[in-house]
Amino acid sequence: MTIGSGHSSLAPLPGPSPRGRFWELVMQWAISVDHKKLAMMYIGAGLIFFLVGGIEAAFMRLQLAQAGNNVVDPATFNQLFTMHGTTMVFLVGMPILLGFGNYLIPLMVGARDMAFPRLNAFGFWLFIFGGLLLYFSYVGADGLYGAGTAPDVGWFAYAPLTSRTFSRGNSTDYWILGILVSGFGSMTTAINFIATILCMRCPGMKLMRMPMIAWMMLVVAFLVLVAIPILTAAQSMLLLDRTLGAHFFDPETQGSAILWQHLFWFFGHPEVYILILPAFGFVSEIMPTFSRKVIFGYPLMVAATVGIGFISLGVWAHHMFVVGLGPVLDSFFGATTFLISVPTGIKIFNWLGTMWGGRLQFTTPMLFVTGFVAMFVIGGLTGIMLATVPLDWQLSDSYFVVGHFHYVLFGGTVFGIFGALFYWFPKATGRLLDERLGKWTFWLLFIGFTLTFMPMHVSGALGMPRRIYTYEVDRGWEIWNLISSIGVPVQMAGVAIFLWNVVRSLRKGEVAGDDPWDAWTLEWSTSSPPPEWNFDRIPTCTSARPLWDRKHPEDPDAHYE
Amino acid sequence: MTALNATTSNVRLTAPLSRAKVGMASLIFMESAFFSAFLVTYLYYIGKSPDGPQPLDCLELNLVLINSVCLLSSSITVVLAVRSLARGAMGAFRLWLAVTILLGLEFLLGTGYEWWGLIEDKGLTLQSNAFGTNFYSLVGFHAFHVLVGLVLLIGVFILSLFGFINPARDHQRVDIATWYWHFVDVVWILVFTLVYIVGRVPQGAPA
Ligand code: HEM
Ligand SMILES: [Cu+2]
Repeated sequence: MTIGSGHSSLAPLPGPSPRGRFWELVMQWAISVDHKKLAMMYIGAGLIFFLVGGIEAAFMRLQLAQAGNNVVDPATFNQLFTMHGTTMVFLVGMPILLGFGNYLIPLMVGARDMAFPRLNAFGFWLFIFGGLLLYFSYVGADGLYGAGTAPDVGWFAYAPLTSRTFSRGNSTDYWILGILVSGFGSMTTAINFIATILCMRCPGMKLMRMPMIAWMMLVVAFLVLVAIPILTAAQSMLLLDRTLGAHFFDPETQGSAILWQHLFWFFGHPEVYILILPAFGFVSEIMPTFSRKVIFGYPLMVAATVGIGFISLGVWAHHMFVVGLGPVLDSFFGATTFLISVPTGIKIFNWLGTMWGGRLQFTTPMLFVTGFVAMFVIGGLTGIMLATVPLDWQLSDSYFVVGHFHYVLFGGTVFGIFGALFYWFPKATGRLLDERLGKWTFWLLFIGFTLTFMPMHVSGALGMPRRIYTYEVDRGWEIWNLISSIGVPVQMAGVAIFLWNVVRSLRKGEVAGDDPWDAWTLEWSTSSPPPEWNFDRIPTCTSARPLWDRKHPEDPDAHYE
Repeated sequence: MTALNATTSNVRLTAPLSRAKVGMASLIFMESAFFSAFLVTYLYYIGKSPDGPQPLDCLELNLVLINSVCLLSSSITVVLAVRSLARGAMGAFRLWLAVTILLGLEFLLGTGYEWWGLIEDKGLTLQSNAFGTNFYSLVGFHAFHVLVGLVLLIGVFILSLFGFINPARDHQRVDIATWYWHFVDVVWILVFTLVYIVGRVPQGAPA
């Protein structure tokens, strides 16, 4: 992949011609079972899909910039939002976050690799081939007119739109199989996370001394094991419907379209927490380092994480209020949804408590995680508005919902990912990313993001439905859509600067040293980049901040446990 | 350094959990989630097939009871196999393992025979109605998992024939592999209850 030069592994190989050497290098990565290499491939592939998904989004915003635009035709627009959503959730969010888990878990708990390294590589390649299968639909799937087409049924693929009757050709089958395959990859990775976190901790690393990220990843892995199989099952049923004529979801033949919604969202809601919890983990590591304080309320944070894990299994029908489930179910799922914002709020206050009175250093990673907290609060508040059933009846399936989930997923997850990229890049490559360029990236993304997604709350409240390919003049939506579209080039500039930053810093970035941020978790105790075996000697852990104890033997945390 | 030494009592070397056990337990947990989707769906569709073949007319207990007895008792024989292995009695181990495999095979062949009858005589297929769809999917996915478990056991059996299984070193591993077999059994108890007992209780509306 592009980034990284493991200090033993990438040393120039003696012998063959440059071309032969290149293939040897490719082979080294392709057959690697090293968790760090796999993680970098996960993240690199995820970033490539991020660009692809971003281009899809840019086309949609171009089309919607003005009323009655004609940039793309309606059928293409349907494919764009389907592929955008599917890509961002399954091929960007999941692999990047699982990639970070892969990179960080062994290093942070003081292990030499994951519990099952080969299974780990297997999961990674499943993800890659699943993603390629999905995108192969552009050329390989026979559409209604015999040409290649991409899936166009939306990322949640509601029945009966997905039945043979309404979705001819194979595009929906590609959607099913691509996600099915990459889902298997996520599940094997989750098994690996659990086994590594429970079984591979270094001496002294009790559960309550683990870095917050390890806790978050443990809960994420649990959610993956509960939620993804449900999607796999639902997709298997859909595949049986489409290929063998079964009757699970087709109402014309006694099937139930609502059943698909229940199964999908039983997966779908935990999935959104799978996408946010690792980012919570990034914030919980980065924030203390740059506030020069321990994390506020560690045990409460753990409890809130575990609480979120369980409650998130019982809120799925808040995506189905407009179905007409009846007052009992509506109130139940409204109430559980309110309930889940309690542990979520606890975390917000813990982060504020961590910053409170600290010596704040606004480096780029810190900017991103601070932005994360602010944006996530906004997204959380609109979430609570949507959990209010009567209000949701008005706002569901409007741009307000699009605004809500981009605040939590972009302002939340993606900002967290950028923070993490800036924070751990020096560990993975040995070089720091440039701070000045980093700040440009942050501010451009922040401004562009706000420009794009804040107005969506207004256009949504004014009644603009999501997933329409165009709209009439005089609805009062034009100005808001125009502002939304203007935000896109701003964000693109931010991403472009980031990519330039990566390329430049890999060559001539400042050399990082082992511990550029003066941080306290174990990954900073080994070299940057770490050797393939991570630690020359397995470390020991005396408190939740093992490196603090080592740096300050006169006042170790261990004394306060 | 002194302060740190004072805290080394904090560094306790705990006997680490076996990652093989945790891994297998996680796998089983995941598979349970998968089956619960099919079980709940089956439950949801009970009595929702107005036309076509009905459970009461199609499903008969004789054969499936024999199959079930075979599958459930194979859980016992596999435990006997693991215990023999732990004792180092390779002959007994192979014998019990072979019995287990035969019982599993009986289950699969019995299920196939049952399906043949259902398709040929009762005209029940995946396409007939919601009952057919759910019956073949749930029972089929379970049978598929039996097959996977069987392949696992056959693999162990072949390894043991060629002397690759060392009692002292491997009995734990073999034990963990058999967890999967027990899991498949437990799922069958649920499937059986749902399909052949709950699902066959006469419904209010006449078929
Ligand atoms: C305080 C916490 C949250 C609450 C109360 C909440 C509530 C809701 C509600 C009620 C809906 C359904 C709106 C509708 O379709 O009518 C919704 C949609 C959505 N939420 Fe949240 N949410 C919260 C946090 C999150 C987080 C953390 C994420 C992801 C990181 C997220 C991602 C989404 C997505 C993707 C959708 C839209 C799915 C779709 O229809 O395509 N939410 N949220
Ligand atoms: Cu939700």
